[in-house]
Amino acid sequence: MPSHDVLIIGAGLAGQRAALEAAQAGASVAILSKVHPVRSHSVAAAGGINAAVKVTDSWESHAYDTVKGSDFLGDQDAIEVMCREAPGEVLHLEHIGVTFHRDETGQMDARAFGGASAKRTFYVADITGQAILHVLYEQLTKYSDQIDKYEEWFSTSLILNEDGSCGGCIARDIRTGQMEVFNAKSTILANGGAGQIFKPTTNALICTADGMAQAYDIGAELMDMEMIQYHPTCLVSNGFLITEGARGEGAHLINGNGERFMSKYAPNKLELASRDVVSRAEQTEINEGRGAGPNKDGIYLDITVVPKKRVHEALREIVNIGKDFSGVDITKEPILIRPGQHYIMGGVRTNVDGQVPNVPGLYAAGEVACVSVHGGNRLGANSLLDTLIFGKRSGAHAAARASDIPMPQAPTSRLEVDRKKLEKIISRERTGRRISEIKDELGTTMNKNCAVYRTEENLQEQLEIVRRLKEEAKTAAIDDKGTIFNQDVLGALELEYMMKTAETIVLGAIERKESRGAQSRADFPDRDDEKFLKHFTFTESDSGPVLGEAPITFTKWEPEVRSY
Amino acid sequence: MPEFTLRIRRYNPETGAAPYWDRYTVDLEPHRSVLEGILQVKDRFDSSIGVRCSCRAAICGSCGMTINGKAGLACHTHLSEAMSRSKDGTIEIQPLGNMPVIKDLIVDMDAVHWKKVNRVTPWLLSGDLPEREHIVPRESMVDVTQPMACIQCGSCVGDCLAMEVDPDFIGPAALAKAYRFVGDPRDVQHEQRLKDLADDPHGLYTCTHCFKCIEACPKGVAPMNQIMRLRRIAGQDHHIEDVNNGERHEEAFVVLLQKYGLLSEADVVPRSYGGNGLTGGKLSPKSGEQVFQSLPFLAKAVLRGKVKISQTLFPHKLDSESLAEVKKIYKDVKGREERLELNLYITGYDEDGDPTTSEAIPDNPNEKAGATA
Ligand SMILES: Cc1cc2nc3c(=O)[nH]c(=O)nc-3n(C[C@H](O)[C@H](O)[C@H](O)COP(=O)(O)OP(=O)(O)OC[C@H]3O[C@@H](n4cnc5c(N)ncnc54)[C@H](O)[C@@H]3O)c2cc1C
Ligand code: SF4
Ligand code: SF4
Ligand code: FES
Repeated sequence: MPSHDVLIIGAGLAGQRAALEAAQAGASVAILSKVHPVRSHSVAAAGGINAAVKVTDSWESHAYDTVKGSDFLGDQDAIEVMCREAPGEVLHLEHIGVTFHRDETGQMDARAFGGASAKRTFYVADITGQAILHVLYEQLTKYSDQIDKYEEWFSTSLILNEDGSCGGCIARDIRTGQMEVFNAKSTILANGGAGQIFKPTTNALICTADGMAQAYDIGAELMDMEMIQYHPTCLVSNGFLITEGARGEGAHLINGNGERFMSKYAPNKLELASRDVVSRAEQTEINEGRGAGPNKDGIYLDITVVPKKRVHEALREIVNIGKDFSGVDITKEPILIRPGQHYIMGGVRTNVDGQVPNVPGLYAAGEVACVSVHGGNRLGANSLLDTLIFGKRSGAHAAARASDIPMPQAPTSRLEVDRKKLEKIISRERTGRRISEIKDELGTTMNKNCAVYRTEENLQEQLEIVRRLKEEAKTAAIDDKGTIFNQDVLGALELEYMMKTAETIVLGAIERKESRGAQSRADFPDRDDEKFLKHFTFTESDSGPVLGEAPITFTKWEPEVRSY
Repeated sequence: MPEFTLRIRRYNPETGAAPYWDRYTVDLEPHRSVLEGILQVKDRFDSSIGVRCSCRAAICGSCGMTINGKAGLACHTHLSEAMSRSKDGTIEIQPLGNMPVIKDLIVDMDAVHWKKVNRVTPWLLSGDLPEREHIVPRESMVDVTQPMACIQCGSCVGDCLAMEVDPDFIGPAALAKAYRFVGDPRDVQHEQRLKDLADDPHGLYTCTHCFKCIEACPKGVAPMNQIMRLRRIAGQDHHIEDVNNGERHEEAFVVLLQKYGLLSEADVVPRSYGGNGLTGGKLSPKSGEQVFQSLPFLAKAVLRGKVKISQTLFPHKLDSESLAEVKKIYKDVKGREERLELNLYITGYDEDGDPTTSEAIPDNPNEKAGATA
């Protein structure tokens, strides 16, 4: 049985950063991921990472922008921590090898991003996430004496010790089908997001809410789940993302009548208002018949106004995406985009050290977690920062905790439970619907009923759909009866995780009868600070999700009218 | 909706059965990817097909495989493009080459690809850290961003011809990774890195310049170009001996062209082995040995009229006006302060009028070989 001071589940930016920090603090570390670490979804992050590094900038300004971006739902103590530590973290990344773009003086260059009052997004062309992820992986390799990597291992559930603390996880070696108990003093969840609940989504196929559902299963709270970010620029053809960097470099949004409509919605920041604002503006244009394209269901993103040299140097990846996936040369003609599901602000509730309040020994960081620094709406390029800062802090805290306590004797009974469960799925009769069908129905209906604009009626309809699909998922048919690389059985587990999580998303959206950040209720169009200046949480019970509340932490900034 | 037939190579070690081909028909637009085709097969007909994939957007590096004889990413290959290479009207899909197969389209990357990457000490070896960021030239960071763009998909490894012959060859991806550090001014171990690669009998000099890795690479990393640059830096900046003599061979070309304006074929071999100096060159013992060994080859060249015996003594030459032009080019280039290493990211369009960036972004992956100007 592998046994470590610190076990990290997930090897995206949050997980790898946590591993590095814990190893440097002297802990023995295991990092486990269902795909090779560099395949983690963080690799897709294009635009950059925010930090007030420049001497002309200040962390307070960054923090205020983040608070405002969150529509005053973010916890300000956590936002302060993140923004204060941001410059140090970005410089640390530079020191370990990230090839940040330079200006003519040889210093790191920053680009403009939405909702920010200064240019503070540092970048590597438009492969920032990839560059950071690969450099962190280099560091894990460097520290391989202390860090055991379990690549292509799938965590199936978390272990709850008898005293109510977390003792590690059960995982399956995808290559061999062998199942193991991973025993640990501290366990950090870094499983990333839940985008596959929606279709289309910018998220990778592996973003299936595993961490949220597994934490929820052992008593953790899921918080701010209704806050789903729709990114303003996703390809109409297949939902792929065009980075906000494009607008940061000056690209325009044009409706079907050829108007640059953002002046109506955000007269000062125009295309660079926060994402919820831009997505709503686009959706309104489309809903009111001013959409572009053959079906009038898109908006033109015009990058031709950006100098070509700059496009090739700083936005090369989207030149390729335009060419390969939409057949458009973005340097020559506008490209059809529309809002698409991109990020989940909610997740496993934690404090600023990543600790999950009601499960000792369990931590969460990155997209799986909700600290909450993003509140109702995440600013572009704040997510990479979130993963790194809270990954680091979780790693440090988890290592410190581990140095103080003996190795818990995790009960191994869970191993048998999971093993049987998988065997049962594998030997299921092929009578149910196909996994792909159920997943498709979940995604398309979520995208219809729980998207940019929501209403009571749509949400209630969606709740019924999710609850029906949740039942159907229990009998979903699978084809693979083998043990080696049986991806099918893991797909069945992922489907269950997504159903559980989707239910809390819809319930949260029903509960919040106001419009704040990404939650826009057509039937409650205004923000209601009287009633809803608070977080909603959900915990699991035998009779279904139990609604709870958590206060928002305010430090410096009182809620005010939000305009861009 | 147009239909495409996929032939997928299946293999599951558990069954004890030999590999076999499965055939499926999918209906998708031609500009959809081969991966979407495979996923449609999985969704509709058989979800037991083993395939790694995640991002669907050519960034996670999971879906490297061999499609109608060429390695690449399934999510980055249009169905129509795959069809254009088809011999029998189907799209033939199999795992990457040069790596053991685990199941169906899944290969053991750890056993081959990652092991090789680990041979290049794959992390930055920096000196004393500055308080803030390292101050480095803008171009240098843009430059190493090209190898940085490698997503470790293994496509180049799968198609590398030198690796087929020498499985221990460190290979294109690892060498591109090496350039990522050797090209980075923040790394302080360039010379040691290059020496290690040069001393490795399956290292820097095993590549045979077959171009396969450039063709396979979906990210424009152009590994072979990085290999050439490593060799050039090793030879020119660190005087590391090239066991294959490639560097002196190149130098011979350069010197001969400068001197005569034309390549004097008869002179290339002696100079390549003996050097370009007076006492070296044709008269050095080492070159004599090589000329002797090359005799059968030289004889053929003489027979084909490529080399005239008289030329060994009196090499052919350009007329003086043209020769002056050639010499001027040499002077211009050598007069530059720094050697310019151009790559994909330092590109742009002439109309932008920036002299350092006048290279159009190449659609053609055979972008100039690392172009030393
Ligand atoms: C296209 C795109 C572009 C983006 N661009 C930006 C940007 O420019 N700036 C920015 O700040 N943010 C950006 N984001 C958001 C940001 O990339 C993500 O929020 C962030 O990378 C999430 O990182 P993470 O470490 O939390 O999770 P991930 O990187 O998603 O990693 C999750 C890890 O968990 C593992 N895992 C999951 N479940 C299991 C399981 N059951 N067992 C074992 N392992 C498991 C996975 O294998 C993976 O290693 C972008 C997102 C997308 C989709
Ligand atoms: S050019 Fe060299 S490294 Fe590239 S595939 Fe050919 S032999 Fe291999
Ligand atoms: S160099 Fe190109 S082909 Fe080779 S592993 Fe990297 S991205 Fe893939
Ligand atoms: S699926 Fe990510 S590279 Fe193809």
